[in-house]
Amino acid sequence: MALQDEIFSPRFESRERRNAICKWLFFSANLAGILVLFLLLSKVLLDSIGWLDLQFITSFPSRFPERAGILPALYGTVYVMVITAVFAIPLGIAAAVFLEEYAKGSKLLSIIQLNIYNLAGVPSIVYGILGLTVFVRWMQLGRSLLAGGLTMGLLVLPVIIVTAQEAIRAVPESWRHAAYALGASKWQTVRYVVLPSALPGILTGIILALSRAIGETAPLIPIGALTFIRTIPKSPFDSFTILPIQIYNWTSRPRDEFRAIAAAAIVVLLGVLLAMNSIAIFLRNKYQGRIKEV
Amino acid sequence: MLHFSDKFFRREKGPEILLALAASVSILVTIGIIVSLFSETSGFFKEVSVKEFFTDTKWTPFFRPAHYGIAPLVVGTMLITFIAMGVAAPLGLASAIYLSEYAPDKMRRLTKPVLEVLAGIPTIVYGYFALTFVTPIIRTVLPHTNVFNALSAGIVVGIMLIPMVSSLSEDAMMAVPNSLREAAYALGATKLEVTLKVVIPSAVSGIVASFILAISRAIGETMIVTLAAGSTPKLTLNPLESIQTMTAFIAQVLLGDAPFGSIEYKSVYAVASVLFAITLAFNLVGTWIVRRYKEVY
Repeated sequence: MALQDEIFSPRFESRERRNAICKWLFFSANLAGILVLFLLLSKVLLDSIGWLDLQFITSFPSRFPERAGILPALYGTVYVMVITAVFAIPLGIAAAVFLEEYAKGSKLLSIIQLNIYNLAGVPSIVYGILGLTVFVRWMQLGRSLLAGGLTMGLLVLPVIIVTAQEAIRAVPESWRHAAYALGASKWQTVRYVVLPSALPGILTGIILALSRAIGETAPLIPIGALTFIRTIPKSPFDSFTILPIQIYNWTSRPRDEFRAIAAAAIVVLLGVLLAMNSIAIFLRNKYQGRIKEV
Repeated sequence: MLHFSDKFFRREKGPEILLALAASVSILVTIGIIVSLFSETSGFFKEVSVKEFFTDTKWTPFFRPAHYGIAPLVVGTMLITFIAMGVAAPLGLASAIYLSEYAPDKMRRLTKPVLEVLAGIPTIVYGYFALTFVTPIIRTVLPHTNVFNALSAGIVVGIMLIPMVSSLSEDAMMAVPNSLREAAYALGATKLEVTLKVVIPSAVSGIVASFILAISRAIGETMIVTLAAGSTPKLTLNPLESIQTMTAFIAQVLLGDAPFGSIEYKSVYAVASVLFAITLAFNLVGTWIVRRYKEVY
């Protein structure tokens, strides 16, 4: 017995101590994220103090920081998002329905699916080059809102498809069977059973995809979203700028005043994102349990 | 055939064909990317030899004599990626371990949304943060640091990647069956031992995949490096110097007014082709590992 004790010593204390130390290390790594978020938000908020007012929202960009504003950038962002949404939402939902309801289990599905996953990983500036080549030059749309919106649409398409697929997959198979049993055709089942119950999930995905698009800068750099715009775009073929590019432009100037208005514009951008994400979370929570209840 | 076949076709086949067309758009996008990159890259290689592009060690398209060796841009990109992963891999993995193995339910519900918010912050905001917050701190500690430097951009790219590494690694660890953990506990292992010797080895492919996908994101990241890392293509591994990445070069030229058809303009496409090829390779390997590992459990 004594011999065995010598060979096998459990060293409980030191092992438990190591466990406790590492637990704190892992915990602090987790806190690092919170700390960074706190630093980032407070830095931006502090920098923007005194610059964010109504005049800033309703003015045009200017060489003088105290007179500069983000009005054209706000309009540009909203218009680009409208074009992106009109283009990408129907296309994305339709593609998701086809992949989930019609192509299930086929060879085609796995090819398209792999393709979509890879598209989601393509750097956004490459999408910009795609837009520049296809929309701006080959289709001769010029450096316009339309070209920008379509480019952004292609960028968010994989995100919309994947989230819509997940929402459609969450609709119980028994519901489809019930519809078939009542004599509904495939399309009727999709149209009147699957889509309505998948809608909240699809909506959440759309909002998240669009809120990603709102913050994207790189894909519209090749499209040539200008930064010094004195007019509000009136037609889809007008030139434009967007909020992130305006922020980029001001941040890249060495003068502190421009950095301050960049911070003010960031606060506006984050405010818009916060609003969109709150809506998405609200929708998710409101409809989350619904399918299970029935 | 049947009397109603015409109607059937209109009502059933019509929608199906439309939906199939929508799904095929994603294939068209991929073809579009490859064709548009190729359109100008081929023109570029009529003026610059493939050998110069891959072996020359200088990238000076705006100076005479112009050199078109992509090496400095690739090295700049690698430097950023290396620093970023130095931040994101340990922090992301440690936070995933905490969330998956240690955190009480309350803590999970409290900190997971924070990571989600961090993941949703636009890269331009991270760029602002790098240039106006991280860079001044680095320059206070190391006064000889350039205003634009790889270190600041790399750290912030790493911060941006933490949520991605954390959530993908956590998914992999959560997928490890509890019976494996319980077996180890039954043998008297501590929580740390269970984590390091059972959970992580079982989840290693998912963790590796999260790293690979994060590397791909770091390589393709544009705004942070354009704002904070500078625009001087230099073959250096010194993180305190100003460098230029592939993405930052593309942004620099396209923000300026390089006329269509000029060699600078074409060089953007050549660089973008290399960027696309590298990120595609990483993504394919990453998704391949994720899929393979999913079949295990």
